Amino acid sequence: MFNSGSMSRNKKMKDVASYIALSVLSFIWMIPIMWVVMTSFREESGSYTSYFFPKGYTIDNYVKLLTDNTQFHFTRWFTNTLFVAVCSCVISTFFVLAVSYVMSRMRFRMRKSLMNIAMILGMFPGFMSMIAIYYILKGIGITQSLAALIMVYSGGAGLGFFIAKGFFDTLPRALDEAAYLDGATRMQTFFKITVPLSKPIIVYTVLTSFLSPWMDFIFASVIMGDNYDNYTVALGLFKMLEREFINDYYTQFAAGCVLISIPIAALFISMQKYYVEGVSGGAVKG
Amino acid sequence: MGKTGKKRVLPESAVAGVVSKGDIWAKLSLVIMGIANLRRKQIVKGCVFLFLEVSFLLYMAKSGIEALKGMITLGTQTQGWVFDEELGIDVLAEGDNSMLLLLWGVLCLFVIVAFVMTWRANLKSALEVQELEAKGKHIPGFIDDVKTYLDAKFHRTMLALPMLGVLAFTVMPLVYMILVAFTNYDNTHQPPGNLFTWIGLDNFGTILGSGGLISQTFWPVLGWTITWAVFATLLNYIGGILLALLINRKSVKFKPFWRTMFVMSIAIPSFVSLLVMKTMLQPDGAVNVLLKSMGWIKESIPFLTDATMAKITIIVVNLWIGIPYTMLITSGILMNIPESLYEAARVDGANASVMFRKITMPYVIFVTTPYLITQFIGNINNFNVIYLLSGGGPSTLDYYQAGKTDLLVTWLYKLTVSSKDYSYASTIGILVFVISAVFSLLTYRRTSAYNNEEAFQ
Repeated sequence: MFNSGSMSRNKKMKDVASYIALSVLSFIWMIPIMWVVMTSFREESGSYTSYFFPKGYTIDNYVKLLTDNTQFHFTRWFTNTLFVAVCSCVISTFFVLAVSYVMSRMRFRMRKSLMNIAMILGMFPGFMSMIAIYYILKGIGITQSLAALIMVYSGGAGLGFFIAKGFFDTLPRALDEAAYLDGATRMQTFFKITVPLSKPIIVYTVLTSFLSPWMDFIFASVIMGDNYDNYTVALGLFKMLEREFINDYYTQFAAGCVLISIPIAALFISMQKYYVEGVSGGAVKG
Repeated sequence: MGKTGKKRVLPESAVAGVVSKGDIWAKLSLVIMGIANLRRKQIVKGCVFLFLEVSFLLYMAKSGIEALKGMITLGTQTQGWVFDEELGIDVLAEGDNSMLLLLWGVLCLFVIVAFVMTWRANLKSALEVQELEAKGKHIPGFIDDVKTYLDAKFHRTMLALPMLGVLAFTVMPLVYMILVAFTNYDNTHQPPGNLFTWIGLDNFGTILGSGGLISQTFWPVLGWTITWAVFATLLNYIGGILLALLINRKSVKFKPFWRTMFVMSIAIPSFVSLLVMKTMLQPDGAVNVLLKSMGWIKESIPFLTDATMAKITIIVVNLWIGIPYTMLITSGILMNIPESLYEAARVDGANASVMFRKITMPYVIFVTTPYLITQFIGNINNFNVIYLLSGGGPSTLDYYQAGKTDLLVTWLYKLTVSSKDYSYASTIGILVFVISAVFSLLTYRRTSAYNNEEAFQ
């Protein structure tokens, strides 16, 4: 009796300790997020203040960000990014699914070599080829345009097939073979059998390729240069932190960050199940 | 796998096949592409082959040969002032542009490779029709050919566009930059004002062992890159697994809520969170202000302005993103540990800590090794954290174009964008590739994802 009582008290203590630990940790994790939200509502401008909590609160920062277009055109950046994200997401998703399906399901002479080449290409740092890409786009005559950005984001997408291939590898092959016996072509099998079964990996691919234009500012800045009208959100917000703007625009920067983080975070959190399946299905299979 | 070789009736080398077994038409296709197809009434296919050959020859005659020559010399005529007799003044004479010459050269190489592949396809096709005719079988027309591209050759249809994209936006730029590593395309040799030229392996010598400023930068930056990758990977890993264990304790309620609290830090775009942290950690930033107002410190802590402190700060801030990420990925694995293992241990009288050390940890490590390696290589190339947080700073005069916290990739970026030392940047890119390649080849090929790809089919 006594023994079991001490056990349960011990267990209670442990539970309390884990709740305390979780609360403290999540508080620490939330500090930067709370701070940026607070800053976005701060009445006083400037990047640094000599106090932690703002003296006054206002929604002016949001209003100005969305309506005042003299220096920065946030709404335009937003539509630019949305356009680029939708286009490059459609193209990349098709590329990734096509390549991964072929690598997983079809057997042809160059298959292993192509897979190895893809792996080798993936090991070069992406920024290495940035300048050459810029000159190629300049050669075609489409730098500083949204089309160039779409091409850069989706052009090489076919290389990122490893995770989706890992998923296709787990789909039973018997299904395909049954379809062939019924006289289906490979194309029909792909669209009628494989695609409907691949919801998790399609969601994962769509999600990652849709999100990347919202996050990238390096390629965007190399390609766009000073063409403010075609900036994406990430690049534009980055611009606001340049020395001549930071003092006047820091609170608006914070407001912009909050505005785009909410949909992105919501999208990510609602899809995290697929994200985990995508990542761990390909990489962490025992 | 065993089914692969079944349909391979053609010999490995189409050229040898044509020479040994081909009839006169097949042999003629060595020179005039598509003639064997035309002869067997595959009009469209034959015309396509012929058209490709003619356009290739025209291209080579018109600009291809020039492009190859230009790639070898990289230009001879420097831009400069030439006295114009008629005008009586100096005028700017346009010189060669080495950058463009190299670009056209690379393009020409790709065209040649593509042509050789088409040529081989033409030979194969010539042999194929010859064989079909000899056996008296129906020779497929153009429509039949197209149909096979939706079925037996469906892989070609599917791969065509993605491969074109990869060739144009990954392979070609990469080949170009790899070639640049063997030239002296640095900030003193910028076209169109100046020419650059081939210098062999000199850049590798300069960076690895010249003792000059660049190699004095390379080795410390490499050292910090490796240190950073090791610490970032291990601490994230350990922290993430502990957090996952904490959240997945049976008695903890509201698991999705806790998970979401932490996952927020990955869900928010990293440029937002890291730029915000950067402002917070400045000498006048929110963290110092808060600590001062609570009376804990008098002087600001140099979070990002002191070299050693900045390195520690970066690793710690990275935990903010890395721990939830590992937690997210490993949660699933932890919940999949067979319960029977624990039951058996409990019967044997093992307590919680023994079970953790002898069951949980070994299992998790075993299952997550590939993940660990991917993360390590990812951290070697972790551009965002360094660039957004410290920008490589604090800056120093001991290094060439790099700050004290620059990784190889951020240094590469700076060499490309701010100092235009493309040749050094490319050389560093190749070295980073070698490092990642060594680590992944050692390990990736041993993982089951690579070896047992058909285990579940």
